[in-house]
Amino acid sequence: MRILLEREIDRLKKLILGMSAEVESEVHTACNALLQRDDKTAQALIDDVDKVDTMELDVEEECLKILALHQPVAADLRYIVSVMKINRDLERISDIAVHMAERTLKIFAEPDLLLPAQLSDMSVRVQAMLKKVLDAFVRLDVEAARNVCMADSEVDTLNREVLRQVKEGVLRKPEQFDALLQVMHVSRHLERIADHATNIAEDLIYMVEGRIVRHSPEVSDKG
Amino acid sequence: MTDNGQVKIRTERLNLHYGAFHALKDVDMAVPPRMITSIIGPSGCGKSTLLRCLNRMNDLIGTARVTGRILLDGKDILAGGTAMTSLRRRVGMVFQRPNPFPLSVFDNVSYGPRVHGELDRRRLAGIVESALRATGLWETLKDRLNEHALSLSPEQQQRLCISRLVAVEPEVLLMDEPCSALDPIATGHVEDLMKNLAQNYTIVIVTHNMQQAARVSDVTAFMYLGRLIESGPTKDIFVKPKEKQTEDYITGRFG
Repeated sequence: MRILLEREIDRLKKLILGMSAEVESEVHTACNALLQRDDKTAQALIDDVDKVDTMELDVEEECLKILALHQPVAADLRYIVSVMKINRDLERISDIAVHMAERTLKIFAEPDLLLPAQLSDMSVRVQAMLKKVLDAFVRLDVEAARNVCMADSEVDTLNREVLRQVKEGVLRKPEQFDALLQVMHVSRHLERIADHATNIAEDLIYMVEGRIVRHSPEVSDKG
Repeated sequence: MTDNGQVKIRTERLNLHYGAFHALKDVDMAVPPRMITSIIGPSGCGKSTLLRCLNRMNDLIGTARVTGRILLDGKDILAGGTAMTSLRRRVGMVFQRPNPFPLSVFDNVSYGPRVHGELDRRRLAGIVESALRATGLWETLKDRLNEHALSLSPEQQQRLCISRLVAVEPEVLLMDEPCSALDPIATGHVEDLMKNLAQNYTIVIVTHNMQQAARVSDVTAFMYLGRLIESGPTKDIFVKPKEKQTEDYITGRFG
């Protein structure tokens, strides 16, 4: 019985790790396209929109199958339930990466626009959070997950700073309004990716410790 | 143990030896009133032995030696002077295989009250009716009360055995694998019955079927090698057990 369940869980682990790698790479691509003004890469990301959606369905079906056929309990149950939630967060992150690429193309329509410097800093931090939480998921490293929760507030601060600069930009160069609006959206997208990374960290803590830490400010510091 | 901390049965440093074999080791367990407590654990862990201690069925085994205390409503049932007939009326047992007497339905259910001195035919009829209603058998069997109990289906026989207990107005029902001889549909019916009975009775069940423990019980106790490893609200035991041995057992890593 145990052997059959372990085989299923191993299979699920491979699926979710494959999806994690794909989503991480999409975010990386979206950030690079923006910062290096690479419209071809942005367009390629938009065209490849279905890949992660298919993976999400596979993971969900696998989880439902295990729940129905093996009725897992304790650590196994927490693993499956957490994977279902992480699956959803990864799919959302992937959608956001595509949205970023779409906004990026609109920003490029205004060749003279200078991106706020914080956007680059934000993209580095958000990618680091995502990488860290996905590594923590592989190693079941709760400490690393907690650090990811803490890092979220720094991204929130940067997001607020970008919004301030966008406001100033609109006042200074109203003709760039449309492009600046897209910059604001991109910043918001990055901030949302950080939120999803924090969700994953919280699910990881639940998976390992059986403690629900969402909405408890001492463990997760989500803005 | 429970939110309000009430206890119907408490065992304190309960030890049992069958000859040289140490079957129960310092078991401290609390059973809350009017709830279902299930005892789980691998074969030979002592769960049936513990269950049988609760109405002193082990007294029937010559080599069994029990030490410690078993408090029923605060009173030690192991103390000298405990009246066995009265104890077994208060704490009744349902077994793995239905074991109706080879008598009619009516005589099965009225047997206990008659032993306890109730001889009035009309009062006995009333007791039989309410005991059969309590287990959901009345509508099916009210016109078949003289039928031989062994002609009933296994599920009906098990319900009849529960009716037989209910007829003597017990406080605690002990159930040793009560569904292991039943098919899944009948098991579902008996589990539903257990939930209903738990509104009035304290139920302790021994089961090999972990899903059954998870489904029906409010409290789960895990035993291993004669020791009570962990006991707590069922949802905690099956989502986040405290002890590694419990985790390993319920996830099928051993046992």
